[in-house]
Amino acid sequence: MKQLIQGIKDGSAIGIGYFSVSFTFGLAAVSSGLCWWEALLVSMMNLTSAGQFAGITVMASAGPYAEMAISQLVINLRYALMGISLSQKVDRRFLLPQKSVLGFAITDEIFAVAMSRDGEVGSAYFSGLALLPYLGWAAGTLTGAVCGNILPGNIRDALGIAIYGMFIAIIIPAMKADGRILKMAALAVLLSCCMHYLPVLRNVSEGFSVIICAVAASAAGAFFFPMEEGKEEGKG
Amino acid sequence: MKTGNFWVYLLVMSGVTYLIRVVPFAIFRKKIGNPFVRSFLAYIPYTVLAAMTFPAVFYSTGSVGASAVGVAAALAAAYRGKSLFMVAVCASLASFAAGLALQYF
Repeated sequence: MKQLIQGIKDGSAIGIGYFSVSFTFGLAAVSSGLCWWEALLVSMMNLTSAGQFAGITVMASAGPYAEMAISQLVINLRYALMGISLSQKVDRRFLLPQKSVLGFAITDEIFAVAMSRDGEVGSAYFSGLALLPYLGWAAGTLTGAVCGNILPGNIRDALGIAIYGMFIAIIIPAMKADGRILKMAALAVLLSCCMHYLPVLRNVSEGFSVIICAVAASAAGAFFFPMEEGKEEGKG
Repeated sequence: MKTGNFWVYLLVMSGVTYLIRVVPFAIFRKKIGNPFVRSFLAYIPYTVLAAMTFPAVFYSTGSVGASAVGVAAALAAAYRGKSLFMVAVCASLASFAAGLALQYF
């Protein structure tokens, strides 16, 4: 019970952040032709920002189902890496039934907060951690879909940066606490800029690009600056 | 959009996403002993987020200038240890203000 409450506490900031990000999703979904309950269902069954934005683009252009499957696979493949990471962090009572339900809630932020916790992660804590982000994600989508158009364009624009603000809030404290993370995150940024701006490389899709950069930087980190047992959790 | 299509899209989308998340998470039951792999996985959260954020964040609002101001605000707030939500708010407010300023100068 204490674990559950601690999880809810730790998840509350993500929940509020998700509300504002999914608000922009709801807005985009409706303007691309979905009705409000369709936008809401997409959010409740996916819980992923980049994947959902790509998904409604495929829907709006009535693209083939294979394109939908491949785009989701590529964009969300990073969750596979996170799932493996998280499998090393959960406690022994985190069994298949818990994993098959709670695994659904592996998102960039929930994962990062769970990983930055000291010690092992139990299913009660993880449930608590996922609760408010899930509700915030659904509620934000609904609000954005129903009344997003009231907002003037420059406010809608400014909300676009909110999700990156959350990413930055996760990375910076870890970089501050651990010089190795600082170096490897900087390397990932450098690689990502190369993938984005250099000829040929910039034709690689966003989803693949993220995976290539993260795998290369993490491998370099593991090779040059291995993390010692017990010291690997950044004080995020 | 045809309603019939929506359900298939939804099923494909959420099915693929669910399997990507749960299968690797569920398959690995034992602790991985290899120090290289353990280190690699420990770096993953930060390298993924770093690569997702830069340079994409500079194109996340109406203009690169306004986004850059938002990034600066987010970095400052995060450095001071503000919560996820506060950092997101700082980034949005700063890029909003910068967007307004850019319109008039």
